[in-house]
Amino acid sequence: MSEQASLRGKAWFQALTGKGQPQTGDPGSVWSANEKIGPQTALFLCVVPNLESRFPCVRDGQVGLEEAYTLAARVRETMDADRKQPCSQKRPIVAIVDVKSQAYGRREETAGIFLAAAASADAYASARMAGHPVIALVVGQALSGGFLTHGYQSNCVLAFDDPGVIIHAMHKEAAARITRRSVKDLEQLGHEIVPMSYDIQDYAKLGILHELLHVDSPVKPTQSDIDTVKQAIVKAIDEARRGPLHLNVRLLSDAAKETRKAGIAARALMEQQWLEA
Amino acid sequence: MNQATLIPEFVKRRSFIELTGRSRAQSLFDEGTAWRELVGPFDRIESPWLPMQGVAPQSDDGCIVIKGRIAGKPAVVISLEGAFQGGSIGEVSGAKMTAALDLAARDSSAGNSTAAVLLLETGGVRLQEANLGLAAIAEVISSLLVLREHAPVITVVAGTVGCFGGMALTAGLSSYVVMTRGARLGLNGPEVIEQESGIEEFDSSDRALAWAIHGGEQRVGMGLADFLAEDSVEQIASAVRKYVAAGKPAQHRSEQVRLYRGRIAALDASRQIDPLKLRQEWTTSRQKQGAQ
Repeated sequence: MSEQASLRGKAWFQALTGKGQPQTGDPGSVWSANEKIGPQTALFLCVVPNLESRFPCVRDGQVGLEEAYTLAARVRETMDADRKQPCSQKRPIVAIVDVKSQAYGRREETAGIFLAAAASADAYASARMAGHPVIALVVGQALSGGFLTHGYQSNCVLAFDDPGVIIHAMHKEAAARITRRSVKDLEQLGHEIVPMSYDIQDYAKLGILHELLHVDSPVKPTQSDIDTVKQAIVKAIDEARRGPLHLNVRLLSDAAKETRKAGIAARALMEQQWLEA
Repeated sequence: MNQATLIPEFVKRRSFIELTGRSRAQSLFDEGTAWRELVGPFDRIESPWLPMQGVAPQSDDGCIVIKGRIAGKPAVVISLEGAFQGGSIGEVSGAKMTAALDLAARDSSAGNSTAAVLLLETGGVRLQEANLGLAAIAEVISSLLVLREHAPVITVVAGTVGCFGGMALTAGLSSYVVMTRGARLGLNGPEVIEQESGIEEFDSSDRALAWAIHGGEQRVGMGLADFLAEDSVEQIASAVRKYVAAGKPAQHRSEQVRLYRGRIAALDASRQIDPLKLRQEWTTSRQKQGAQ
């Protein structure tokens, strides 16, 4: 399952860019390419497994120190190149997401992986605020700190409507252990409590997703799958260019108004009391 | 010798970490000035997800937001109560945090600079609200970055919970970070690493190792945090005042990608990294940089 999932990122990077390698000097785990999509060129980024990584705890495709700082460097390079461009001309950034988690390692903690992850989230968010359309395409797993580092700061999150696509705060086994449940109970609970669910259809009810995409073969994309996904990305880029830059737009969807009532109420009351304080 | 001199400084000191999250927040405002708690416990906006799982909610959802004045300027303090669900971020606590940061950003961009002080005692996402907790952290990050352009964001990690998980990114994005010796800051705590990668990777019963890596002295020593405070209300409040008055730094740590990427490239990853040696190396490179 994890092997299959980790192949998806590579497969989709190759399908969308026709390439499949890191830039010179980058670690083998971060693929990046500037390629045409629709009328424009976009920067594509993907974190992939690298069995030869010098950091043992990232070899299965986790986001570690080198991955996070490389993502940040590539994104900032694009921002610098486009600094003088008007918003309508800023290069879009497409994060292809298939990450099982952040790296769980002692080396990483010692060298401050929290700052590396922050630097990457900073770069993606700063690019979005500067007017670069930032799109996340979730083709497999998007878990926890891995997703915070790579993808979650996007204007638009696109995901496949497929059981192999999982967006969650923690993988099932660990979440079950920490909340003192069996994996089966946890899965059952997900059907009743939407934010706990591992099902992408339930995730869609949170109102954060821009669009759920239907593809026939998420592991080995067909030409028609590729066309569908490219069209969806081009459309999302266009909508991102015209839409608000700030992430609080995620609270405005119909689904969010239903599922995130408590958060929306807290926000409204805060705005009211702030003026009185 | 009169008796007063025999009373050691640490006995007279007012402890910060013995205070609740609310009292910690209240202790930071300028003396004699008015402050007000926003969306407080009497507003009763609680987590709708905890009771569904047999967990008692709390009327402030473990997040205390107070607006007042620090160093003579408007400021908002956002404090996570470590004693409630480990200070974890859920839908409501996350929304309170994001809303307060957005409002501070709105005032600041209108010329009324309003700093945010984050008191982070948290393990990160509240797993009972899993995906809404993770989404909230992404939104907190986004809002913090907008505020940071206009006014300083100061994180205090005092202990005893420490600051872990997604909220460690929030600390990493802050303009200034204040820690005590007993506080810890990292993405994954020792227990999580032991569970995921094995006891040979991290023995979570080894407390000396945990503090050698995540502890306040190490984080300040290696330049990943800015000030090492005693567990004292006066010291922490005075550090917060100093950073509010200083305003935003010329460049934030999380923007210094080239510096840190170079440091990671220089690491010997063939074995575990000695925390003390790393601290010395990074301190030396910082001094060299400063001399240039």
